Amino acid sequence: MTDNLAISDDKTSSQQIINEFVVRFANTNGTGSASANNMFAKAISRMGIPVSAKNIFPSNIQGMPTWYEVRISQKNYLGRRGGKAEMIVAMNAQSLNDDINTVKTGGYILYDSSRALSDNQIRSDINYLGMPISNICLKEYRDPRQRQLFKNVIYVGALAALLCMDFALLKALVRDQFKGKEKLITPNIYALELGYQYANEHFICPLAIKVESRDLIDNRILVDGNTAVGLGAVYGGATVVGWYPITPSTSVIEKFSSYCHRLRIDPASGKKNYAIIQVEDELAAIGVAIGAGWNGARAFTATSGPGVSLMTEFLGLAYFTEVPMVLVNVQRSGPSTGMPTRTQQSDILACAYASHGDTKQILLFPHSPTECFDFSAQAFDIAEQLQTPVIIMSDLDLGMNEHLSEAFSWQDDKRYDQGKVLTAEQLDEVEVFGRYLDVDDDGICYRTLPGTHPEKGAFFNRGTSRNRFAGYTEKSADYVDNMERLTKKFNSAIKFLPEPEIQQGKKTAPLALIYFGTSSHPIAEAIDQLQEQGLATDTLRIKAFPFHQQIEQFIDEHCLKNKQVFVIEQNRDAQMKSLLVNELQIDPNKLTSILNFDGLPITSDFIVQTVLAQLASPQLNKKVG
Amino acid sequence: MSFIKSTFRHPRLPVNDLGLTYRDYEGALSTLCAGCGHDSLTAAIIQACHELSIEPHKVAKMSGIGCSSKAPNYFLNKAHGFNSVHGRMPSVTTGANLANQELLYLAMSGDGDSASIGFGQFAHVVRRQLNMVYMVANNGVYGLTKGQLAATADKGVRNKGGDLSLFNDIDLCVTALQLGASFVARSFSGDKQQLVPLIKAAISHKGFAFIDIISPCVTFNNHAGSTRSYDYVHDHVTTGAIADFVPVKTEITSSGDSAECEDVCLHDGSIMRIQKVDEGYDSTNASQAIMDIERHKQDGKILTGLFYLEPTASDYHEINDTNDTPLNQLDQDALCPGSRVLNGINESFR
Repeated sequence: MTDNLAISDDKTSSQQIINEFVVRFANTNGTGSASANNMFAKAISRMGIPVSAKNIFPSNIQGMPTWYEVRISQKNYLGRRGGKAEMIVAMNAQSLNDDINTVKTGGYILYDSSRALSDNQIRSDINYLGMPISNICLKEYRDPRQRQLFKNVIYVGALAALLCMDFALLKALVRDQFKGKEKLITPNIYALELGYQYANEHFICPLAIKVESRDLIDNRILVDGNTAVGLGAVYGGATVVGWYPITPSTSVIEKFSSYCHRLRIDPASGKKNYAIIQVEDELAAIGVAIGAGWNGARAFTATSGPGVSLMTEFLGLAYFTEVPMVLVNVQRSGPSTGMPTRTQQSDILACAYASHGDTKQILLFPHSPTECFDFSAQAFDIAEQLQTPVIIMSDLDLGMNEHLSEAFSWQDDKRYDQGKVLTAEQLDEVEVFGRYLDVDDDGICYRTLPGTHPEKGAFFNRGTSRNRFAGYTEKSADYVDNMERLTKKFNSAIKFLPEPEIQQGKKTAPLALIYFGTSSHPIAEAIDQLQEQGLATDTLRIKAFPFHQQIEQFIDEHCLKNKQVFVIEQNRDAQMKSLLVNELQIDPNKLTSILNFDGLPITSDFIVQTVLAQLASPQLNKKVG
Repeated sequence: MSFIKSTFRHPRLPVNDLGLTYRDYEGALSTLCAGCGHDSLTAAIIQACHELSIEPHKVAKMSGIGCSSKAPNYFLNKAHGFNSVHGRMPSVTTGANLANQELLYLAMSGDGDSASIGFGQFAHVVRRQLNMVYMVANNGVYGLTKGQLAATADKGVRNKGGDLSLFNDIDLCVTALQLGASFVARSFSGDKQQLVPLIKAAISHKGFAFIDIISPCVTFNNHAGSTRSYDYVHDHVTTGAIADFVPVKTEITSSGDSAECEDVCLHDGSIMRIQKVDEGYDSTNASQAIMDIERHKQDGKILTGLFYLEPTASDYHEINDTNDTPLNQLDQDALCPGSRVLNGINESFR
C-alpha cells in the first residue's frame, strides 16, 4: 500500500462539501485523545461555524476503543444526523476494521500508516489518507507518554491542513487552553505544526470537504450540561452538598466545587461559604441534602442510574415530610449497571413516582446547558416554594458533552424566594401554629426552621402519619386529609414550573411531535426533512412535570383533528408517553412512540424514518392528511 | 397509666440560669412500655439539659426508626426534631449540622438503627467528626417488631421466643474508638448518677461524642438468660473510673481525695473530674480502652463509664474551614456572584 492514495485517486473532488459534515475520531481511551478532539471542535466554533461534539466512551480507564464524533453544520443541525461519517480519523488498530466501514462513500479515512493496511481493509469507494503518525512520534519523542499524547495533537494539525482550518486561530486556542501551564504551549504548537506540515507535503490540501469561517455562533458558548448545572447551583444559592461519585453525574459536583472554590470564599475571613461532603453512598448523599434542607440551607446532590434507586426511600421521606432539596439526575442507560457511559432518558417513571406509597415528585427537563444553568438555579426556589424535592432530569449526552448553547445570563435584581418560612417575629403574630395547616388553601403550608423561636413553631418532623399540628396520628381521617392536601400542593406546583415550548402554525399541522430534554437536538433537522417530504409538523417540548394544561390542550387539538401525535423519547418503554397517559387520561392509542434506546443520542435519521414508517403502516396513514 | 400529661407546675420548682424549670425541658407523654429503659434515658437528657441551662429551642433532636428513635418526642418539646429513615439519622444530622453549626445536635438511635441497617452511616459519621451527641439506647433486641435479636446481642444468648444469637456481637463503643471518635462512653439507663454527668460532658464536648446506653427492654429482653435484662446488667456492670461533671464557672474546691482525681478541661471550659477505680485506667488512650472493654467482656462483665476523651479534638467545620456564620443564614449577596462574574465565565466557554 502506498500511504497517500488520496493524491492519486480523490473520489470526491468533483463535489465540494463546505461546513456540513461529520468527522469521527476513533481512539483508544486513556490516551488523551478526548482533549485533542475537543480542541478540534472548539477551533471550528471559534471559526464561527456551529459544531457539536459527542464523546462516545467506554466504562473503562485505559485501553478500550472510544469514539468522538464532531458534527460541523452551518445549517445549525446540532443533533446527531445518523449514518456514516464524511471523515474518520482512525487511530485505534483494535477498531480499525469497523471504523473503515463507517466512512461514507466518497469520504476519507485518515489512518496511521506506520503499519500497512491489509487488502481486506481497502474499500474502493473511499479515500485513504495514510500518515505514519506512530513513526513520527517515535522519532520526535523519547518519553512513551509524550509519544502517545502528541499523536493526538499531530493529527489535529493534519486535519487543520486537510480541512482548511484557520491555523493561526488553532494555535491561539492552544495558548488559551494552556494558560497558566505555559511550558506546555510550545510543545503542543510544535506537534500541531508537525501534523500540519506533513499533511501539506503529502496530501492535496484542502480536501473536497472543508471548513470556511463564518459568523454563525452569535451569543452562544460551547459548554457541557454538568458544568452548567454546577454553576447554576452556585447562582441559585446552594451551600450544602452530600454526594457520591457516579458516572455520568460526577462532574456536576466537581464543577460546583471548583466554582465554589473560586466564588464562595468569604472575603473577610477567607473561610468557605459552602460545605461539600463526599459521603459513603447515595443514601447518605441525599440524607445530607434533606437534613440541610430541613434546616434552611439550599442543598442538593447529583446522581445517576443505581444512585437514583438508592435514593428513593429518602425521596419518599422528603415528599411526605415536605423538605425542600434538589436532586440532579444525569440519566444513563439502565437497568442495573446497564451501559454506564451511554445516554438514555429512562428514569422518567422511577423519578416521577419515586418511593413507596403514593408519591409524586417535581421533575424539570432541561434540553441545553443554558437551561441546565437556569433550571438548576431556579430549582432551589421551586423546592423552597413547594417544600418538596425537585429533580432535574439531565442525561449523559447533555451532561457530559459540550453543546453550543446561549451564553448564561443572570438578572441581578432577581431575589431568592425562600417560600413560606416563618420568622420569629411572624411566629409572635401567629395565634396558632400548625406545620400542616393549609392557611392559604393551596396545599402549601408554613414551615419553621430549627432555632427560630424560644416558645413557638417547634415540631417533630416525621415520616409517620401526622395531623395538621405535626402530632403523630393513626386516625384515618387525618391521614386522608394530609394525603389529599399533598395532591392539592402538587397541583399548585404547576404555576411555579417552566411552561412547555410550543411551535405551531395557524393551521394545525398533520404531524405533531412531543419531546423533551436532549431528544430536542435533532428536531430542527427532522422537521426540515419531513417538510421536504411535504409533511408539516407542530412541536411541543415538555419542560416540567406535573404537566401544564397546554400539553393536554396540544394533544387534544391534534387528536380531535385526527392528526398524528408522536412522543419522542430515549427509552424502551415509552415512559413519558405512559406518564402523559396516566396523568392526563389520554387514550394511549392517540399517541405513537418514537423510541431510541441504543445508548447513543437520538438521530434525525431515526426520527424521520420512524415517522415515515409509521405513516406507511396501513392503519395509521388514514389518519394523516 | 395516664394518657394526658398534666400541665400543673409546682410554684417552687427550681429554676436554672435561664429561669426555666425541669418541666420546661419535657416532651410529650411517652408511649413506650411502662418501665422501658428509654424513659430513664429521656429523664437523664432532660435533667442534663436543664442543669446545663441549654436553650431548648437551640437543640435539634435527631433520630432514625425504632423505639429509641421515638424517644426524642418525649423530651424538649420546644426543640425541633427530625425522625428520619431507619439507619440514616447520621446523614440527615450531617446535613443539618452543615447548614447550621450553632445548634446542639442531640441524636437518639438504637441497636438496630446503628449496628445493623445504619452501621455504615454510623461508621462514617464518626469518621467525619461531626459535632453532635450520638446516643444509642442499646437493649440487644428489636422492640417495634416484637423481639428479634439485634446485632449487639451477645453470641449464645436466647431471645424471649427462644431463638439463639448465632453470630458475634457488634460493640459500637469499640467501633467508635477504632474510627476516631473523640468522646466515647458507655452507661446504663438505670444508673442516673453515672449517665447524667456523661451526657453533660458529651454536650460540652466539641466534636463527635458517642454514648452507648444499655437500656433494657422490659417487654422483650428482660428474661432470665438475657444479658441485657435489668437484673443481669445490675449484677455485671463495672467501671474503670467515676467521672463527674463540673460546669463552667463553678469554683473548684479541693475535696479530701482530690489527689486521686484527674481534671480534664472540656471545650466550653467545664471540667470532667475523673476518679480512677481501675489503676490502669487512661482516658487518653483509645486502644487501651478497646482492650479493657474486651477483657471485661471475657470476664463476663460489662464495662461502663467514660472510655475515651480528646478534649481538644476538632470537628467537621474546622476541618472544612466553614464560615463562622451558619450557611443557612448567609444572604444572597454572600452567595450569588452576580451577572458581571457570569459574563467573565461565559468568555471561558468561547
